[in-house]
Amino acid sequence: MKHLILGNGPAGVVAAETLRHSDTQCEILMAGSEDEPPYSRMAIPYLLEENIDESGTYLRKSPDHFDSLGISQLRGRAVSLDINEHQVLFQDGHSETYDRLLIATGSHPVRPPIPGIDLPNVHTCWTLDDARAIASLTKPGTRVLQLGAGFIGCIILEALANRGVKLTVVEMGDRMVPRMMTPKAGGMIKRWVENKGIQVRTSAGVERIDETEKGGPLRVSLNTGETLECDVVIVSAGVVPNIGFLEGTPLHVAKGILVNDAMQTSVPEIYAAGDVAEAPDLFTGAHLVSAIQPNAADQARVAAINMAGGQTHLKGVLAINVLDTLGLISTSFGQWEGVNEREGGSGAELIDEEAFRYLSLQFKDDVMIGATSIGWTEHVGVLRGLIQGQVRLGERKQQLMHDPTRFMAAYLGAAQAIA
Amino acid sequence: MSWAKRVLRVDLSSGRCKEEPLNMEWAQEYLGQRGLATKYFVEEVDPKVDPLSPDNKLIFTTGPLTGTMASTGGRYSVVTKGPLTGVIACSNSGGYIGAEIKMAGWDMIICEGRAEKPVYLWIQDDKAELRDASHLWGKTTWDTEEIIKNSHQDPQIRVSSIGRAGENGVLYACVVNDLHRAAGRSGVGAVMGSKNLKALAVRGTKGVGNIKDFKTFMQVTKEKKQILADNAVTGQGLPTYGTQVLMNVINEIGALPTRNSQDVQFEGAGKISGEAMHEKRPTDGKANLVTNNACFGCTIACGRISQVDKSHWSVENSPKYWGATGGLEYENAWSLGAANGVDDLEALTVANMICNEDGMDPISFGATIGAVMELYTMGVISKKQLGMDAPFGSAQALVDLAHMTAEGRGFGPEIAQGSARLCEKYGHPELSMTVKKQEFPAYDPRGIQGMGLTYATSNRGACHLRSYTVASEVLGIPVKTDPLETDGKAELVKAFQDATAVFDSSGLCLFTSFAWSVEDVQPQIDAACEGDWTMDKLMTVGERIWNLERQFNLAAGMTAADDDLPKRLKTEAAKSGPAKGLTSGIDKMKPEYYQIRGWDTNGVPTAETLSRLGL
Amino acid sequence: MQQALLIDPEKCTGCLQCEMACSYENYQVFNIAKSRIKVFNFEEAGRKVPYTCTQCAEAWCMHACPVEAIVLDGATGAKIVLDDVCVGCKVCTIACPFGTINYVQDSGKVQKCDLCGGDPACAAACPTEAITYVDANWTGLDKMRAWAGRTDTASQANA
Repeated sequence: MKHLILGNGPAGVVAAETLRHSDTQCEILMAGSEDEPPYSRMAIPYLLEENIDESGTYLRKSPDHFDSLGISQLRGRAVSLDINEHQVLFQDGHSETYDRLLIATGSHPVRPPIPGIDLPNVHTCWTLDDARAIASLTKPGTRVLQLGAGFIGCIILEALANRGVKLTVVEMGDRMVPRMMTPKAGGMIKRWVENKGIQVRTSAGVERIDETEKGGPLRVSLNTGETLECDVVIVSAGVVPNIGFLEGTPLHVAKGILVNDAMQTSVPEIYAAGDVAEAPDLFTGAHLVSAIQPNAADQARVAAINMAGGQTHLKGVLAINVLDTLGLISTSFGQWEGVNEREGGSGAELIDEEAFRYLSLQFKDDVMIGATSIGWTEHVGVLRGLIQGQVRLGERKQQLMHDPTRFMAAYLGAAQAIA
Repeated sequence: MSWAKRVLRVDLSSGRCKEEPLNMEWAQEYLGQRGLATKYFVEEVDPKVDPLSPDNKLIFTTGPLTGTMASTGGRYSVVTKGPLTGVIACSNSGGYIGAEIKMAGWDMIICEGRAEKPVYLWIQDDKAELRDASHLWGKTTWDTEEIIKNSHQDPQIRVSSIGRAGENGVLYACVVNDLHRAAGRSGVGAVMGSKNLKALAVRGTKGVGNIKDFKTFMQVTKEKKQILADNAVTGQGLPTYGTQVLMNVINEIGALPTRNSQDVQFEGAGKISGEAMHEKRPTDGKANLVTNNACFGCTIACGRISQVDKSHWSVENSPKYWGATGGLEYENAWSLGAANGVDDLEALTVANMICNEDGMDPISFGATIGAVMELYTMGVISKKQLGMDAPFGSAQALVDLAHMTAEGRGFGPEIAQGSARLCEKYGHPELSMTVKKQEFPAYDPRGIQGMGLTYATSNRGACHLRSYTVASEVLGIPVKTDPLETDGKAELVKAFQDATAVFDSSGLCLFTSFAWSVEDVQPQIDAACEGDWTMDKLMTVGERIWNLERQFNLAAGMTAADDDLPKRLKTEAAKSGPAKGLTSGIDKMKPEYYQIRGWDTNGVPTAETLSRLGL
Repeated sequence: MQQALLIDPEKCTGCLQCEMACSYENYQVFNIAKSRIKVFNFEEAGRKVPYTCTQCAEAWCMHACPVEAIVLDGATGAKIVLDDVCVGCKVCTIACPFGTINYVQDSGKVQKCDLCGGDPACAAACPTEAITYVDANWTGLDKMRAWAGRTDTASQANA
């Protein structure tokens, strides 16, 4: 049995290891498109902060880790897939066959169609290569304009600020991290980073980027009429799944590759996991990309066990996120925006603007379905436990509506039955 | 080192909070908590100060072992001039907030002046600020704690607060922390209320480090914990029955003051005892006691957690009293029960909850009700005045008057003055079972003679926790003495008073002294604290503290005449039990005590005594 | 045979010696805010519940870690955080559904129970044997039994 894994990010690596664990004999080939050992994008901000060196970003620290597990590796970007021949063609022209294929090709950053987006000093921040470029371009005092204050944009804020740059963030939404944070919470994060000396423009889009002189500073024009001058533009306007090479195949794709709860695609011997996959959501069953490491690892494990002939299912994707914006720690879980009352929705929100603390819990009937927090670092994992476990809270729900801060007590009482 | 070496000074008048270094010279002379805060207090406050005026100060203070792994190392005290007594007040409490204050990096918080509007003090490690408490004013201590935790979004905050009793100037209002622990006596809560300080809310994440010799400290505290575990009182009696282990014992020896000290034995004692708290109720099949409970760091766990019968008349329409919460300690079971002839365990538990939620000292409140009931029986206070019948034994009157006193309704404000002022007003000062206007607790001086001297000479007014000679006279700790005998008691009282001052200044709980002597505390202090803490030094510290408090009280206007017991105890003999026919021998013990103390016949420390103690 | 922490809330008095012992073991300071075991108070029920990582087989935290900073200690079965590898991304803290791995702001790392290398300080410090370190198989079975029988015995277990 030959397993071919496209992608060597967290999903690819966890899948390869799980396959080996499940089947000591099978052939495993893992292909990565970058000229690096398997590494974690999550760690790039810490590399930019110079807290770690590049090896600190590696997913597995031992150099012979994959060799010792009998996992072969290959450098190469897949360019097409032939499902009839069970064969993948790579950019360098060579092909690999497979008995089972896992697509874990991840995603890539969007470059919005803005005039000037391809200028030399306009960068994305996604790969180790990007990080090296940004590190060389940003020095104390460098004027940086960041396009986008989504999740990924926000995780590099601190790294950039700590490099001493003068940072301006431009976000189309009406608040920071609009797709992860409630209006109150997004507003609080905005105020926090502004207090730390970062300029933030929300409800603003970039219309064009121009060089003031060849290779010199950039002039960025916003749709609000404002123009800003800067040395570097960093684009973090979201990511999209890497599915280009699937063109012409019968695999069902939407935004990402559609999979069932076994992480199987519409072609039985092909699986997908991680940022590239759209798996059923825990609550709605609707397909959802949740581009965060724990989901990638969970999905990869499920895919690999099934590829190896086992049987397991993903309970449903739960969107979870944690963010540290210059020391302000926020999380969001599940349907943080809540559902409306007609569907049994209710919620409780606590706001302490002065102390930058925030907690919102959302319920459907007596089950917690979503949460948002700012300033909470202790025991936040149980919010996942309560939501993912779809724990019936009974009378504890009313207690949480009255005092949301007691979620840990509710968890111990309702989920662990030890209270 | 174990001292945080930092004092927080809070000027309520101006709203400013500022940090000062702890006076380490004084720390070597007074150790911490009770001793050290008293030193600060007497240096800074005029002894003649009106306790409820802005010029009085209110000190929250920890000991060097507070917040450490020494068993019971979680205590704090509130030091001020007491409005009930007019002398030094120092009320000690457990729970968790003492350790939290220390872990936030503070040894002591000195509150001075008076806030214009209600405020609460919010301490988060180094950060301290006064915040508006208008939304908390009028709230119980239970609600106050919940609202503060909720609004700061942190269930781990610890809160000390006053309830409505403190706001309403009940002269024996206390400061309640962690829902049911209290700095209980002498009206420290009334002082807090007079300053418009509703609460202290603390979150400490800095911890307690810099122990002088960590390795020795860990080893010695472990050894000493074993002594507590192996001891019959601290290892079995207290965890099982709490201080309520004493109810039947003290009743049997004829030293349970009953119906305002008319009797020394209570026929209903068994029904309100620690044993009774374990018995299943016929009504709901559950016991009054849910579990025992520890304060921070305590390996004894004498605390009571009780739950009342929901169908009991006192709570059937009040769900807020249905959950488990702090239950009866011996003193409270006595003061609310035997002192009033009430034997309804559930009603006593509820009255105790009211005292907790509204911040009222159950000893003084209960004992004052005893006086009210006697005056009612005599026809001096009428049913019309009270708005109810209040004969001895009326549980209904007890519960109703608890609400009225805390909330300032009806006859409540009169009860709020304490029994001394109330009996004086109604022309029967002899019916007030008080010393220095403070109600005495659960040991009748006719049946336990040493406690008579304890009450008479206590620096904070009648109190069992200044020299708990019950340990020796009843329990035989450290040696058994005869409770009916006066000989040797002066010496015993002095020794206990000085040793107690050491315990109270260390951050440890006095209840460890059932198993530990100062010899057991000394190596723990010495391992933790900089300096050379020998037994000699510690015992001198204890005696120094006692004399410092005494000097303050004398300067405040107290005289030897105030070191006396109510007439009843000296003239009306015990009617039953082993002490039958006996009165208190206070007049015999007192001169002897003065002499042993190195005081003149007026109870004033001699120049030689003062110089020996470096005062 | 590997051992595990067995927690019996019935016996817990809430003294927090375990929390102090944990912080002392790991940070040489008495600081319950940094303890990896926490005692939760259920006031209305009169219950105290010590709570920490069960070293679960799923090891959500370990699998969520992007930089292999959480590894299995083969000797004890504990999942341990390698401080010098942890970058402080906090992903494990939202991945663990038990809430037992937490971010420590002043170190910039996460922390969790590591069973103290096989001699847990919390169990040693507990005065009432509410926390014991016992044969791992035994805890699984008895934990279930303890929970199953819990509601009946809750009101009478004390003293």
